[in-house]
Amino acid sequence: MTARLALVGITKRYGAMLANNDVTLSVAPGEIHALLGENGAGKSTLMKIVYGVVKPDAGVIAWEGEPVVIADPNAARALGVGMVFQHFSLFETLTVAENIALGLGSTQPMAELAAEIRQVAAQYGLAVEAERHVHSLSVGERQRVEILRCLLQRPKLLILDEPTSVLTPQEADGLFVMLRRLAAEGCSVLYISHKLEEIRALCTAATVLRAGQVVARCDPRLETAESLAEMMMGGALTHTSRPPAQVGAPCLAVTALTLAADEPFGTTLRDISLELRAGEILGVAGVAGNGQKELLAALSGERRAAAGAVLLQGQPIGALGPAERRARGLAFIPEERLGRGAVAEFTLAENAMLTRLDARTAPHGLLDLGAVNALAARLVARFGVRCSGILAQGRSLSGGNMQKFIVGREIDAQPKVLLAAHPTWGVDIGAALAIRQALLDLAAAGAGVLVVSEDLDELLEIADRIAVLSGGRLSAPMPVGETSVEGIGLLMGGAAHAPAA
Amino acid sequence: MHDGFALIALLVATLRAATPLLLAGFGELIAERSGVLNLGVEGMMLVGAAAGFIATASTGNPLLGLLVAAAAGALMAALFGFLTLTLRANQVACGLALTIFGVGLSALIGLPYQGTPITGLATVIWPDLDSAGPVVQQLMLLDPVVWLALALPFLVFAFLYRTRSGLVLRAVGESHDVAHALGYSVLRVRFAAVLFGGAMAGMGGSYLSLVYTPMWTENMVAGRGWIALALVVFSAWKPLWLALGAVLFGFVTIAQFHAEAFGLDVSSHLLSTLPYLATVVVLVLISRDAARLKLNAPAALGKPFSAAG
Repeated sequence: MTARLALVGITKRYGAMLANNDVTLSVAPGEIHALLGENGAGKSTLMKIVYGVVKPDAGVIAWEGEPVVIADPNAARALGVGMVFQHFSLFETLTVAENIALGLGSTQPMAELAAEIRQVAAQYGLAVEAERHVHSLSVGERQRVEILRCLLQRPKLLILDEPTSVLTPQEADGLFVMLRRLAAEGCSVLYISHKLEEIRALCTAATVLRAGQVVARCDPRLETAESLAEMMMGGALTHTSRPPAQVGAPCLAVTALTLAADEPFGTTLRDISLELRAGEILGVAGVAGNGQKELLAALSGERRAAAGAVLLQGQPIGALGPAERRARGLAFIPEERLGRGAVAEFTLAENAMLTRLDARTAPHGLLDLGAVNALAARLVARFGVRCSGILAQGRSLSGGNMQKFIVGREIDAQPKVLLAAHPTWGVDIGAALAIRQALLDLAAAGAGVLVVSEDLDELLEIADRIAVLSGGRLSAPMPVGETSVEGIGLLMGGAAHAPAA
Repeated sequence: MHDGFALIALLVATLRAATPLLLAGFGELIAERSGVLNLGVEGMMLVGAAAGFIATASTGNPLLGLLVAAAAGALMAALFGFLTLTLRANQVACGLALTIFGVGLSALIGLPYQGTPITGLATVIWPDLDSAGPVVQQLMLLDPVVWLALALPFLVFAFLYRTRSGLVLRAVGESHDVAHALGYSVLRVRFAAVLFGGAMAGMGGSYLSLVYTPMWTENMVAGRGWIALALVVFSAWKPLWLALGAVLFGFVTIAQFHAEAFGLDVSSHLLSTLPYLATVVVLVLISRDAARLKLNAPAALGKPFSAAG
């Protein structure tokens, strides 16, 4: 059978870096093909070449047996390639329907399109409201919009970059059912993911990239997650280890916090109470858009509440702003790395300063650049941040390394409480492992850690107790040992608020 | 009866005073919605005013003058587009330079025409203007350009929110990288938007020299280009608010003349700042809602675009 897509000898060089080196890859019709590799291995570049965003320096692309030149994304779409980008390619101020219309390039009337969106959304279980503005959507909802936009193009090859990172287990299963159906209908799927169990369950072929080169081809169903990870990393896999931790007194307490949504499509927090104890990791699970953003804003101080609604080591901090809370020992790792956690145009040294201006780095209001550089260098060394040096721009780092730097910056401040929002989202295995280990170590050192994540596996791995946020309400936390993926999944779907059967 | 006439006269005068701002403002709105900040509105208006006046004085046809003015404004905008879009120069610096260039250029080419009389637009369209009754005469002062200016808010609104091209324009202004990734030609869209902005500014300027005054004096646009720019921002890039702001400016301009006529004992220089002051204050007050601004501001405004890879 002729391959749907065949890449032969694709090479792409950025300056001194070889992003793709002589990559050869072939995808059969109806095949779900996994593309594996750590961040920076060249997967994204390769996919951009297939989608016509980037032009290769050398190599041949064949589509259904015919050599083609994919000059731009329009050409790719005309061939039948659909792509769900890793960094969402959505227009924030436009509505869902408008975003989809732009991606389709059709001249269909909007009303007709909205009806089609609802129909395809229902068919594949991708609930989105066509009239909402994208900036008001959560990460998970945005991804659904991306996927929908592709499906409406009736693609012959669908490229998905980390599509399940923001879905509940049930939703992910739904996605797999949908992808298998698409494959059965003859559509090929190129599937990029770090979740190896998922790839083993879903994909029928895999190509592994490392440093821009193909290092292995295999049938993932015949491999273990461990062996796949070792192919990607080129070495033996390590695991997080849980140092013994003493659970102590409550360090962060929230009592009956109710906070109205502050934007048109936000979630209202309803009667949230939680208690985080020193030395423990409390996981907050939930599907994006159920109040995570609002809860984190209320805890970090970006939104203020009644002073007594939030207590840090017994002291009311509910009415304080982020800087004041930080000064009292409450550190925060926001969801967006570049934009809120760090500044893309700043160097690492400058980014280190963002939350670490104190008597040492800025005595009497004057920057002590020596101390700042020493701080940045310490963070880079201690947390294994791969970069060209502390003067590297934030944007030049891979997502995983930038996140390691941000997590490190907050942990290094020795906070009493650390809030971490989606700490390993879109981060490769090696970096995710390092970040989780750092969180575990921090808790073992006596800090309380609150992790909000949509990655249930991650919470089950590191958290001591898990609570579920659904529709702005927080369920009672349960010790991890007494929970199951299914049970949490049901709570994520809002089962707690359904009338008892 | 007399009160009714005064009211009509006031209304007509207000709309005529607002017309240059409506034209230039909507041109700039389109350019900014595509992500290009062109601070050269004042310069494009001046060059339009001068070029339109020269064409009218030479041919005796103010309609042709309007077209020449639009072409001259578009030519200025093309220069701006070449610098900022093709060569990716800084938009703020180029816009300021364009205004300075426009002030000088218009003064230079307009110099021989200072004090030259021309046929007004109304006289050309309504040859029997002088013999008409006073009310009809007032209504006849609402020439086609005024009607175009009044239709613009609705046309632009419909274009931006009801057509596919308008959606693409907003998308390009929101994120040129995403638009590029989806296969839209960012530079083509922006060039078209900038040229439209220039043509409208040129025509707006010429309305001052051909109809409103009608004569050519150096620097006669007198800051209206800047007000048009401010209107676009303070109206949060919303067509209907922009129209409101422009009409408000027109109204205060006229009211200020009346105040002077009533012998209000305030320095006329102080009074003449009123339209600018009132417009800015009112628009700032109504656009205080930060969330609304965020929703409407073109996120890629002023950022140069280059296709990667």
